[in-house]
Amino acid sequence: MRFRRACLVALLLAFSYVLGCTVAHTASLDEALAHFTTDDFGETIVGVNEVAASGDPRALIIIRALQDGQLLYSAQKKAVYLKNESGKLTDGATGQSIAGPPPADLESVRLNNRLRGTIDAALGGLTLLAKDPGARYDAAQSVFKSRRTSALPTLENALAKEQDPGVKRAMTEARAALILSGGKASDEDKLAAVDVIRQRGDQDALGLLSSLPPDTAEPVVKSAAAAIGAIKNSLVVWEAVQNAWYGISLGSVLLLAAIGLAITFGVMGVINMAHGEMVMIGAYVTFVVQDVIRARNPALFDYSLAIAIPASFLVAGFIGILIERCIIRFLYGRPLETLLATWGLSLILQQAVRTVFGPNNRDVGNPSWMSGAFDLGGITITYNRLWIICFALAVFIALLALLRYTRFGLEMRAVTQNRPMAASMGIRTSRVDALTFGLGSGIAGMAGVALSQIDNVSPNLGQGYIIDSFMVVVFGGVGNLWGTLVGSFVLGIANKFLEPYAGAVLGKIAILVLIILFIQKRPRGMFALKGRAVEA
Amino acid sequence: MTPHILIRSLDRGASAFLIAIAAIAILIPVLHLALPPTSPFHVPTYLISLFGKYACYALLALSIDLIWGFCGILSLGHGAFFALGGYAMGMYLMRQIGTRGVYADPILPDFMVFLNWKELPVYWYGFQYFPYAVLMVVLVPGALAFVFGWFAFRSRVTGVYLSIITQALTFALMLGFFRNNFGFGGNNGLTDFKDILGFNVQAESTRTALFSITCAALMLAFLLCRALITSKFGKVLIAIRDAEARARFLGYRVESYKLFVFTLSACMAGVAGALYVPQVGIINPSEFAPGNSIEAVIWVAVGGRGTLTGAVIGAVLVNYAKTFFTSGFLAPYWLFMLGALFVLVTLLLPRGIVGTMRHWNALRRDRASAAAEDGVREPLPAE
Repeated sequence: MRFRRACLVALLLAFSYVLGCTVAHTASLDEALAHFTTDDFGETIVGVNEVAASGDPRALIIIRALQDGQLLYSAQKKAVYLKNESGKLTDGATGQSIAGPPPADLESVRLNNRLRGTIDAALGGLTLLAKDPGARYDAAQSVFKSRRTSALPTLENALAKEQDPGVKRAMTEARAALILSGGKASDEDKLAAVDVIRQRGDQDALGLLSSLPPDTAEPVVKSAAAAIGAIKNSLVVWEAVQNAWYGISLGSVLLLAAIGLAITFGVMGVINMAHGEMVMIGAYVTFVVQDVIRARNPALFDYSLAIAIPASFLVAGFIGILIERCIIRFLYGRPLETLLATWGLSLILQQAVRTVFGPNNRDVGNPSWMSGAFDLGGITITYNRLWIICFALAVFIALLALLRYTRFGLEMRAVTQNRPMAASMGIRTSRVDALTFGLGSGIAGMAGVALSQIDNVSPNLGQGYIIDSFMVVVFGGVGNLWGTLVGSFVLGIANKFLEPYAGAVLGKIAILVLIILFIQKRPRGMFALKGRAVEA
Repeated sequence: MTPHILIRSLDRGASAFLIAIAAIAILIPVLHLALPPTSPFHVPTYLISLFGKYACYALLALSIDLIWGFCGILSLGHGAFFALGGYAMGMYLMRQIGTRGVYADPILPDFMVFLNWKELPVYWYGFQYFPYAVLMVVLVPGALAFVFGWFAFRSRVTGVYLSIITQALTFALMLGFFRNNFGFGGNNGLTDFKDILGFNVQAESTRTALFSITCAALMLAFLLCRALITSKFGKVLIAIRDAEARARFLGYRVESYKLFVFTLSACMAGVAGALYVPQVGIINPSEFAPGNSIEAVIWVAVGGRGTLTGAVIGAVLVNYAKTFFTSGFLAPYWLFMLGALFVLVTLLLPRGIVGTMRHWNALRRDRASAAAEDGVREPLPAE
């Protein structure tokens, strides 16, 4: 049946080609365009459908112009014109610019909502034949969603020609949707269509299957009900997977933000309240780097993050060392005062950035390799999140290696475990302190580069993450880096799993309460230092 | 017995301080009511409200000094107790509006009518009675502090950890109170108050009375703190502050002492909040913001922790500076100044203003007594 119809279409196309398609097309296009000159919505709809059915290459341009209100007509001359952006008129049928002055009674073809629907469907049908596979895919999706059965012939025509497997699947699904929502197909065809839709298995499929027309035959309804059950089950699974993914993504951000905090707290016993501002500074370094690249050498834009990462590490690290040398080293043994002093610093840094860059969000672009997304099963994975997870893990591993295999790492661990003993073994503890603080701040700066890709770059950027990072440190403990890793991913995933049930805010509150209860059991976090170091 | 303790707790400085506050509490209302507005000594209404606000902040600072200065507990979430007390008072004031609200509902406050709520939530019951509201002003912050402290101190969460957790506490409360379905007016909080105990909150006489009452509460709290820290109990607190492990080994139940003083301090903060709300006419969730609580801590640090008088002086000084600088052309630089204040006070003036003055006095006295003994003893070798 389908095959025969496809043959017919192909035959007709070939036939018209042989006849000399320009003549034939122009004739039918002219007839179709005449419908636009009557100022009647019903006539215009007929016009749109005929233009779409004419198969003329100009059909797409004409309907787009109609959609944008750029299609004009003259009732006297019975002619249709297109207006381009500069206001120039071209003839609707031929596309040539018109000679002489324009007709006096030009008016745009009016639209109403029903007409807009028709236009969308017609555009969907027309772009099914577009050259770009992406456009064809989008068109198939829009046909699926619109469920306009009038698009069925065009769709089948397109499906017969389609080569790209992904687009072909989308078209098959769209066809199944059309068949199910009122096409005059046999019950076998409809059952097959239900099967196709079940394979699709997302919210749209669910919506389609639960709104079948009332005259659908009994077996089709039954199989649709079974399909709905199956889809719902798989949706639950995919939702869990999606939540886990979001959780991992949040966890990686927390890891980046908290790990610097954790090592400074571990080595020096001070909490740096200005840590969030180091993150913010890192994000602004990214902004400056991109700004310079845009101005000097736009071709380098895709490498902007590769430049920003070391730059932000150096800038934030340098500021960190400066803070340690000028303020914090005078406050040793007074951790609570350090808290206050660094809080004051955070106010100063925030206000300084606000003064220099203004209080509004700054625009930081995504390089091409970080934008976009791909589908993995039932979930959508955006590239920026994926890269941030990779980056967080890379930073973690690098830090682990630094602690394990370098002289500085050895000294850091020694000072963490027992400061007086380390000092008496000849380790210059004050130098270790300064470098640790610089390292922690530098990592925060790199976290800022990552955050600039997913969050607004504003002077308040750091504040949004600082309390969560504290929670990670409190939860994970400061004994070693694994505590931070586990802490951030546990908190991230728990947060995202609680959110759908409790809402974002109550979820956060629940997490805080859970942490307060958790530290009943382990007052110094999951991976606590043991022995004398605890009381130091 | 009790008066005896109170009298013994007052040294010369403390008595002078009390008299000064009492004088302010009487003098300012008199200057306001008795003098005509044309007189140069007349105190205008807005200043009364401003001073009233300072007095509330001073009370909050006092409550922080009690735990930080004498027990070493740095709470970065005391604003939460302040705001809870404020909300309890705000709920009473909301119920007093009655049919004078925009929607003229006799029971439901305006925001509930606006949110299409049909009946009053259970936790709003009883707030039309002033004594009940006053009870809640003390009880709610106290209960929260008790439960929180019970968990925290029992598991020996101390130092920086405790500070961070208290900050998280106030942050969580802020998030909660920002929600509409929490039943406390969401983003806008509680406002549009009409009267308190039948007196119009906008009236000058009410404002004046509220100012005097706040000063009285401040004096009372000061007396209470003095009595507490000069007693044996206070000595244990100081011991805990200076060497917690040692105090525990000597057989003191450290967590019970801490819990008591933390709860008491939270109640004081709640009272401060309750007095604050009718004077500023609004309470909203931003009072829970972690920044507010930390700012309150710096008032104490500026004045001098562990001095009580210093807390009051610091609160008034810093807030006066804030009023002064945020209203003029210097407004964009206020945060720089506040931040610098945090850094400089902790670095250069760790004892605070009052503490440094006392330290100098003590040094001078030492030197004087050393000079008196010079005749008998050999002078110490130069350092």
